[in-house]
Amino acid sequence: MLSRLVLVSGPALKNSGSFGACLVQASRSLHSSPQSQAPVPPLPEKGGKVRHGIFPEELFTLLYPKTGVTGPYMLGTGLLLYMLSKEIYVINHETFAAASIGAVIIYGVKKFGPSVASFADKLNEEKVAKAQEVKDIAVTSLAQAIEDEKKEQWRAEGRQMLFDAKRNNVAMLLETNYRERLHMVTSEVKKRLDYQIALQNLHRRMEQEHMVNWVEKNVIQSITPQQEKESIAKCIADLKVLAKATQAKATA
Amino acid sequence: MADRPVPVAEKRLMDVKLGELPSWLGTRDFTPNGLINSVRGGYERYYNKYINVRKGGIGGVAMLLAGYVALSYLWEYDHIKHDRWRKYH
Repeated sequence: MLSRLVLVSGPALKNSGSFGACLVQASRSLHSSPQSQAPVPPLPEKGGKVRHGIFPEELFTLLYPKTGVTGPYMLGTGLLLYMLSKEIYVINHETFAAASIGAVIIYGVKKFGPSVASFADKLNEEKVAKAQEVKDIAVTSLAQAIEDEKKEQWRAEGRQMLFDAKRNNVAMLLETNYRERLHMVTSEVKKRLDYQIALQNLHRRMEQEHMVNWVEKNVIQSITPQQEKESIAKCIADLKVLAKATQAKATA
Repeated sequence: MADRPVPVAEKRLMDVKLGELPSWLGTRDFTPNGLINSVRGGYERYYNKYINVRKGGIGGVAMLLAGYVALSYLWEYDHIKHDRWRKYH
């Protein structure tokens, strides 16, 4: 659990400028070169196994084929007795101090180990949950952004329809305008042509009338008074003849 | 298990046979840079195996402390020698 506390206080260590922190940061930068896109593998669940707190399990597996289960313990006992008897390890006041400190440490670890471990675990969980939350928020916001983008694209498509409708309107306006002008042109042309026709008619009529008037005038002028008398006498003679004819018819 | 023959330089220390040990040592990089890299590599291996895990135990730190105790005893041995109980063993 001390390892867990080390991990929990890891960021604090990293911020300090100690040698270990430099190594940790260097190791972090060594781990991920700028080109690798692979996701970082998750942390292993448990560390290397350690027996009795200070002896790594590899020692026991190393000696197991040759000496069985009790091999390393025998080795330990033998080494201890050898060091004591040859006084490579000297028993002095420090031994007593070491023994008492060791006893206190072992008692503390055995008693408070699990609770400290669960506390450190809780802290780690909180950190992980916070990071996860940030990631989730980022993911949801990005998904929302994707949705909005799709909606905008759909709207852009709708704008095409708007443009089509507007284009139709404009085409219709142009068409009506064109037809109006065409109509105006034809009516104007017809008006001018009608005018010309009327003019010609008028001309002819006037010529006719003028000619008739002129002929009448001239004829009337040419009727001299003598001719007038002769014509009147002839008319009377004709009338007499006619009267006789009708009288004869009436009595017959 | 007979794999393809691996050149001596690439083997790890545990796979090197006793006879090949001098040649293996010859291929190791003893420049200051190489030494620093090997120290860093060792630290990383230890750290990632015992400390940088989800449920670490006491072993990771306890082994470092035990190693420190043993090393300091070793360095002080010349001074502790004088506390011996018997002169001849």
